[in-house]
Amino acid sequence: MIEVGTVLDEKVFYLDRELLKQYADASGDQNPIHQNEEFALSVGLPNVIAHGMLTMALVGKYVSDFAGGSANVIEYSARFTKPVIVPAGEKVDLTVTGTVSEVDGNKVSLSLTATSAGVKVLGMAKAVVLK
Amino acid sequence: MLNPDSVGSTFAGTDSITVSQSEIDAFCAVIGETDTSIAPPTFTIRITLTQFEEILTRPEIGLDWSRLVHGDQKFEIFSPVKAGDQLTCAATIESYRVAAGNEIVTVRSDLKREERLVISAWSTLVVRA
Repeated sequence: MIEVGTVLDEKVFYLDRELLKQYADASGDQNPIHQNEEFALSVGLPNVIAHGMLTMALVGKYVSDFAGGSANVIEYSARFTKPVIVPAGEKVDLTVTGTVSEVDGNKVSLSLTATSAGVKVLGMAKAVVLK
Repeated sequence: MLNPDSVGSTFAGTDSITVSQSEIDAFCAVIGETDTSIAPPTFTIRITLTQFEEILTRPEIGLDWSRLVHGDQKFEIFSPVKAGDQLTCAATIESYRVAAGNEIVTVRSDLKREERLVISAWSTLVVRA
């Protein structure tokens, strides 16, 4: 039973430098801050960071799974508050949870949280799906 | 600096873009999506950001793409995108302000298939001081 306040199961995605390269190729976003540590440090970042849109794509997968497929996702939004930091040779977590915030007929609104290394990386993350 | 006269204007993107199955497959592979019959919800960002860059960096608009960070993103999806779709893109500069030397611009992308709206996407882009 889906009702306001229903908490969805947590899911953990793992990101590494290889996944960032794969996303860069799949999205066309080849900004070096997502691949080149020397460059990332030179512009004041703590290390290579994941594309905000990669984080959003992975949380989008979480939403699609809840919705029973991408075709049922009709709205999705997020603010990029903190970067997901991806050091060389490491796999970092992206831990996603969701809570049902509204039910209106067949439209279910989700409030989403996404953290990496315990830090909240998305703000105001919301989706509306058809169930 | 962005030309303030461009705020409120809509700019057509380049020619229509045909979505290929291999592009959808590559995007799905990154996120572990096994259903590749339609594109994942954020797939069209690859079209939208490319078009934003092309349009917003035109000399008469003047945004500095090299200092840009992505502030937030929203999608409204009216019809799922599939391989073979031919999409046109138009970008509307909805708002612009300067805060603490940072330029903050909100741009809407409307993707259409045969004149019908498929996805509207809003991006807030920040050009760092």
